[in-house]
Amino acid sequence: MIARIVRRLVLGALTIVCVYSVTFLMVITVPGNPFRQGERNIPPEAEAALRIRYNMDNNWIYFGEFLRGAVALDFGPSFSYSDWTCNQIIADALPVSIMLGLLAVFLGVLVGVPVGVMSAVRRNGWFDVTTLGLVLLGISVPTFVTGSLLLTVGGVYLGWFPIGGWGTLAHLPLPALTLSLPLMAYIARLTRTGMLDVLGADFIRTALAKGAPPRTVVWKHALKVAFLPVLSYLGPAAAQTMTGSFVVEKVFGVPGLGQHFVNAALNHDPGLIMSTVLVYASILIALNIVVDVLYGWIDPRISGAV
Amino acid sequence: MAPIANDRRAERRGWRRFRRNRLASLSLYAFLGLGAIATAALPFAGRWYDVQSLDSAVRHTPSFTPVVAFDVFDVECEGSPKTGVRVSIARLFHRSSSWLGHDDLGRSLMVRLLMGFLVSIAIGLAAAAISVVVSVPWGCIAALSGGWIDTTMMRIVDVLYGLPYILMVIILKIALTRPLAALLGGETRFAEVVILFIAIGGVSWLTMARVVRGQVLALRDQPFIEAARAAGAGRLRILIRHVLPNLVGPVTVYASLVIPQAILQEAFLSYLGIGVQQPIPSIGRLAADGVQAVNTFVGFWWLLCYPCGLLVVTLMALNFVGDGLRDAYDPKSRADTLV
Repeated sequence: MIARIVRRLVLGALTIVCVYSVTFLMVITVPGNPFRQGERNIPPEAEAALRIRYNMDNNWIYFGEFLRGAVALDFGPSFSYSDWTCNQIIADALPVSIMLGLLAVFLGVLVGVPVGVMSAVRRNGWFDVTTLGLVLLGISVPTFVTGSLLLTVGGVYLGWFPIGGWGTLAHLPLPALTLSLPLMAYIARLTRTGMLDVLGADFIRTALAKGAPPRTVVWKHALKVAFLPVLSYLGPAAAQTMTGSFVVEKVFGVPGLGQHFVNAALNHDPGLIMSTVLVYASILIALNIVVDVLYGWIDPRISGAV
Repeated sequence: MAPIANDRRAERRGWRRFRRNRLASLSLYAFLGLGAIATAALPFAGRWYDVQSLDSAVRHTPSFTPVVAFDVFDVECEGSPKTGVRVSIARLFHRSSSWLGHDDLGRSLMVRLLMGFLVSIAIGLAAAAISVVVSVPWGCIAALSGGWIDTTMMRIVDVLYGLPYILMVIILKIALTRPLAALLGGETRFAEVVILFIAIGGVSWLTMARVVRGQVLALRDQPFIEAARAAGAGRLRILIRHVLPNLVGPVTVYASLVIPQAILQEAFLSYLGIGVQQPIPSIGRLAADGVQAVNTFVGFWWLLCYPCGLLVVTLMALNFVGDGLRDAYDPKSRADTLV
């Protein structure tokens, strides 16, 4: 097990370096100049001096220097947010996004899994049909619509939640709920499909034949297996949710990381682009390893492979 | 040849299974109906989607005007006054254009929805087409080559998976805007849409490449492939005659699920202001604009409700069709591997 985790970690580090290289290549080939933005029009001599200052006069050196800094967790300055380093930006925004994302994932599992199990047990019953419709609704309605609706209803009409600002616990539920709705939908769907596959299996019939109470069989024996596809979905999904969603942040005014992905790319801020990508890729790969370990823990047969 | 005939039969059986799925076939008909209406209206919608009428504020709210498809007018006929009747589809269209109200620039919402529906569907279809065109060769080559080629190709997919999606799309858009606009002769309006096709398609082929590879790996060890190889069929022949026909089912299924995803992604991009650019409408763009319109003190509810309604109906219909296709053609597939 330990050997496997180490192997995955090494592979993950290699993948991150590749992700970094691809991003770097994109950043330097895409048209746009970080030193000439908006009204700021600096003379070419000053630009050349700035490029030398930030190792950007030579792409090879820049590639190496940024990577060296990134390994030491120092991502250097941001070129679009003056006086901010990328570290400060990420340290400011990432905890917010992680907290919100964890809450959303938790909500998604808390609602999605039981709903999926129940609709699989009562296949084609009214509950199943209703959830099927709700699930597709959850997948089909974009979060900017659900978010705005929740904000209008919960914030403006009912007045239960603050409409703007950030910093108190009351600010959390609406964005977390908005983020979790599509998650709930996917998780319910995955759980349902997984359960339907499992409920026909021999070991379930055996357990029932031996007199195990149906409730235990469904919620313990079957769910354990049916949860595996949910788990492999949760890895990337949680990584995405925990690094912030620009849409939800824009609707609710959340100071999360999602906005920086978009703004960095739109403002052509090379340092911020690469640091956000590195953060995202690291979280994604770390979560995939966690999922992998959990997988082996739930289903010991798998731990031999890969 | 026998295998081809079997394929046809299997196809027909799958289609029958699909037809028996009431929800899926109803969705397909609803979708095709919407598409037919939008296509029929295209000659008029294409001309009017950008026409503004700022004459009066009253006209902004939805108002139902009975449609009269003909025009009664007086003509001079051989010196004597007569009453003539002129039937006109353009007039019918023009009359009904206020049914769903107008936006803040006085553009007919109905016309824009009809146009936007087609734009969104085009984006979805293009994304699906690009995914298929890229992922099928990718997956086939990886699976059939095996060894380090397979490892490298799948590692590339892994690395691309590690890039945040939104960032990829934005960077692709920035990178492609100028060259493509130059290619299309300075017509940036449509270059933007084409870039969206490429950007969304360029990120949605990854999952399908994995599916195709898995499918080909499973096929490669099947007895009938071995038999073909034993009979002396070359690699290319095996690929074209035996592997590709067996990929049609799963690829169709996943492509049909890429369409609603791409439409939804375009809606997000529109909300961020980097989707299709004004004045071109898409359902996502209209819904995003509607969200902004409703947040003001005046409730322009129709600007939110109608586009969102159409978006939800379209996406749900497409999802139901995709699910139905999957159940019909790919009954053993692990449902929902595409998430």
